[in-house]
Amino acid sequence: MPGKSFLIDTSLCTACRGCQVACKQWNSLPAEKTMNRGTYQNPADLSFKTYKLVRFNEVVVDGKLKWLFFPDQCRHCMEPPCEMTADDPRAIFRDSATGAVLYTTNTKQADREAIVDSCPYNIPRVSKKRTLTKCNMCIGRVKNGQLPACVKTCPTGAMNFGDREEMLKLAKRRLSKVKKTHRNARLLNPDDVRVIYLVTEDPKFYHKFAVASNSAFDITRTVALKRLVRPLTNLTARV
Amino acid sequence: MTNHWIDIGNSDCILVMGSNAAENHPISFKYVVKAMENGAKLISVDPRFTRTSSKADIYAPLRSGTDIAFLGGMIKYILDKNLYNKDYVRAYTNAPFIVGKAYSFKDGLFSGYNRRARKYNKSKWAFEMDEKGVPKMDRSLKDPMCVFQQLKEHYSRYNTKLVSEITGTSEADLLKIYKTYSATGKKGKAATIMYAMGWTQHTVGTQNIRTMAMIQLLLGNIGMAGGGVNALRGESNVQGSTDHCLLWHIWPGYLKTPRASNVSLAAYNKKWTPKSKDPISANWWQNYPKYSVSMLKSFFGKLATRRNNFGYDWLPKVDDGKAYSWLDLFDEMYKGTIGGFFAWGMNPACSGANAGKNRMAMANLDWMVNVNIFDNETGSFWRGPGMSPSTVKTEVFMLPACVSVEKEGSITNSGRWMQWRYEGPRPRGKSKSDGDIIMKLGLKLKGLYKKEGGVFPKPIVNLKWDYTTKGKYDPHKVAKEINGYFLKNVTVKGKLCKKGTLVPSFAWLQADGSTSSGNWLYCNSYTEKGNMAARRGQTDAVNKIGLYPNFSWCWPVNRRIIYNRASVDLKGNPLDRKHWVIKWNGKKWIGDVPDGGWPPLGSLENPNPKSKWAFIMRKHGHAQIFGPGRADGPFPEHYEPLECPIEKNLMNKQRMNPVAPIYKTDADAYKTCDPRYPFVGTTYRVVEHWQTGLMTRPQSWLLEMQPQVFVEMSEELARLKRIKNGERVLVTSARGALKCTAIVTKRFKPFKIGGNIVHQVGLPWCFGWRWPKNGREESANLLTPATGDPNTRIPETKAFMCNVSKLRRRRR
Repeated sequence: MPGKSFLIDTSLCTACRGCQVACKQWNSLPAEKTMNRGTYQNPADLSFKTYKLVRFNEVVVDGKLKWLFFPDQCRHCMEPPCEMTADDPRAIFRDSATGAVLYTTNTKQADREAIVDSCPYNIPRVSKKRTLTKCNMCIGRVKNGQLPACVKTCPTGAMNFGDREEMLKLAKRRLSKVKKTHRNARLLNPDDVRVIYLVTEDPKFYHKFAVASNSAFDITRTVALKRLVRPLTNLTARV
Repeated sequence: MTNHWIDIGNSDCILVMGSNAAENHPISFKYVVKAMENGAKLISVDPRFTRTSSKADIYAPLRSGTDIAFLGGMIKYILDKNLYNKDYVRAYTNAPFIVGKAYSFKDGLFSGYNRRARKYNKSKWAFEMDEKGVPKMDRSLKDPMCVFQQLKEHYSRYNTKLVSEITGTSEADLLKIYKTYSATGKKGKAATIMYAMGWTQHTVGTQNIRTMAMIQLLLGNIGMAGGGVNALRGESNVQGSTDHCLLWHIWPGYLKTPRASNVSLAAYNKKWTPKSKDPISANWWQNYPKYSVSMLKSFFGKLATRRNNFGYDWLPKVDDGKAYSWLDLFDEMYKGTIGGFFAWGMNPACSGANAGKNRMAMANLDWMVNVNIFDNETGSFWRGPGMSPSTVKTEVFMLPACVSVEKEGSITNSGRWMQWRYEGPRPRGKSKSDGDIIMKLGLKLKGLYKKEGGVFPKPIVNLKWDYTTKGKYDPHKVAKEINGYFLKNVTVKGKLCKKGTLVPSFAWLQADGSTSSGNWLYCNSYTEKGNMAARRGQTDAVNKIGLYPNFSWCWPVNRRIIYNRASVDLKGNPLDRKHWVIKWNGKKWIGDVPDGGWPPLGSLENPNPKSKWAFIMRKHGHAQIFGPGRADGPFPEHYEPLECPIEKNLMNKQRMNPVAPIYKTDADAYKTCDPRYPFVGTTYRVVEHWQTGLMTRPQSWLLEMQPQVFVEMSEELARLKRIKNGERVLVTSARGALKCTAIVTKRFKPFKIGGNIVHQVGLPWCFGWRWPKNGREESANLLTPATGDPNTRIPETKAFMCNVSKLRRRRR
């Protein structure tokens, strides 16, 4: 399934946060009560009310100050660990046309803790109703031929969306261009995710979970393996 | 903007200085990115590393209020290294003009200074004229009294070492920026400047911009695609409201507000119509009487006749030498000389400099009408912090206005594009459009004056006030009136123009009362062909530089890049072949609408008598490197802000701008080098809030992102004051105080000024006590001083002195 993908080119992001607001608007998510904590980043983290969050970090690289912006959201993995962990298509499934990883209210019955733990990007959040929530690729918009709200609102071209092949091509083209001025530029897990980030510095400067650790997708394999050796009773109970 | 938003994408080098485009004009970055994709360099100069700086190729900090020193250093660099565009400077600027012998500059003062009046006699700066009354010129630029040589001498003092000591910018950074920017002096290259309030809101605001304009002229960047001098307006229709005379000193279309000494229409027109003896100078303002009379015909219709001076006597005159700006109005209000006040789409309790003074001033009014979409700190000033409602006598009326999308009409954006908008949703509740409110108000006033008479009823009673259709305000009628009509059958240029038809452009306007036009600059915007501003054509012009001439309409006469006659050589060939603006094809100009259809000059020595000099709006046809019309001198000079951290100006013997206005009520206090206020302060906006935050603070998603007023400071200053990131602190100035959340950041760094360490802090001014509900977030303008630029009286809110301190622990 080729499906859809995003390219988030942080070299073009000005942290206007139009995407963060557009996400709340389209998904009818309420504002959180916040305080200024000595940073522009607000809310502090993703939550069941916040699916998209621009992270702000000030770092000095080679004696030069950088203010790095990272519009964080679900990566819509090609082989989603959360889906495998839930192991219940009524709770977590992939849309066949787009590849969007979608959560339903049945996540209430799933092993939420294990699912949250399984995500290498620390994305899923538990809602007040004990369901799991996160970015849904604006699936309703995409199914009707529209761009996800965050992409639609982006003024600079940092947020891109389209067929996976096209986005991969764009990602490569952009990377070779950006590399000329930013030698540390790279794509984050482009083969494993549908939301591909182009960053200009070491990903650890952007966010602890910007990139999946090497072992992250091994965990996926572990989970798969576990499923293979799972006691039969469990399986029969499901059937 | 001399150019327009899309045109930024054509630039080879973009300087963002005195603005923070990524945060305050976020959509502009679409075009900045486009230019950068094509290899343009982005330079950000700002006291604080901003979201704009984060995207820049080069960032350099400078201390607030030292831009002229910074840019003056660039002028010296360009001249020393011969990087200026010689052909352009010789042909199109007044660099060859000979300055009169009365001109001099010594110890920070130009000749003609009157110490007591704190004013210059500008006649001392006049050019020398030849026997025909045309300025004497030396096109070789060698005469020691020519503007070019005087310029060289003036900026010879601005060496990088001294500039660095004043600005706090390192010499290495200065040189890197000078080199990168001035590389666009080469033929075929253009650099642009994106500036905003970071330049205007200073006691040297006008001269900040003039310094940049001079650099652009030296490099041949004006009139070019991807060049120009571009003011990023702070609100979607600031350009439009300025064009239509928001300011006290201008009538619509930048005509002058009459002075008391302009005793008749003839005297007024004579005073303000420039005369040139040079046959090659278009001197466009020679048409002044056509525009002033047509405007009066729009105001008073049939009642404006030749016999009654077309109603000139009915319009108010201002006293000679007196200013009536925002600062002056609030000063008078504070003194109790103003009885009533309309606050219309404004929030002076938060937006005005020295906001505490403004709030107290409003308590001296008899009545105030607050026209706005929400109640605000202004309408509710009487119950604000420190007010005692029972003692405030001001009666406040609130008129609810509908929001922009609920009404039809036009806005004019920074790029001078007049864009028509249709009515979306209907106005909610009893709210009305501004047009409806002012129409009704006008009709009511007319009725009252008619019935009751009064001291001077004619201006109101005679006002033509017929802009309604079926009892409702009709924006089309107003737009047509602004464009103007033929009021009788007239034959102009051999063409019969029928009475009652719309005037096709301002070239048809007459001074005899046969035409009307509410604003000559907008004549051509609504013609017999229709509403030009409502056009949405998507095709580009032949030069493919993003002019989109059939999309909306732009003043003047749909010219998208003004001064474009300077974008070609003397033969009419474009200086930039790739991004050409206009081109002479042997018979006519193609590309953008040219600055007049005259053929190319041909040569400077023997110009084609049918041609005109490039800068048609200037009396002598040349752009002004030497600007003898400004209140504070013909060349920009570095002066310290009224409140500054050093006792002596390191550039000259005048500490501050010698003609900057100073106000003297007990609410006005200014402190320089006072140990109680040791830090430089500045104010700014954030992308998450709009102006004073009136429209954005009640919006929960925006408040979620920027919930509290903050003060940004360096890690070094925080250590000095033992302030922790995220804690609430007190910021004070000689005028006021407010509590803020400290953001301790690497993005501010201490400056080294004249060998001393100077700290700077910055605060956004988008908060106020009225919202969020707890009333704890206040306006940064409680701190800022009421002083400003002597030409415009824009307040100096971008550089002042303050202190930051830890809050005292409350005892339990």
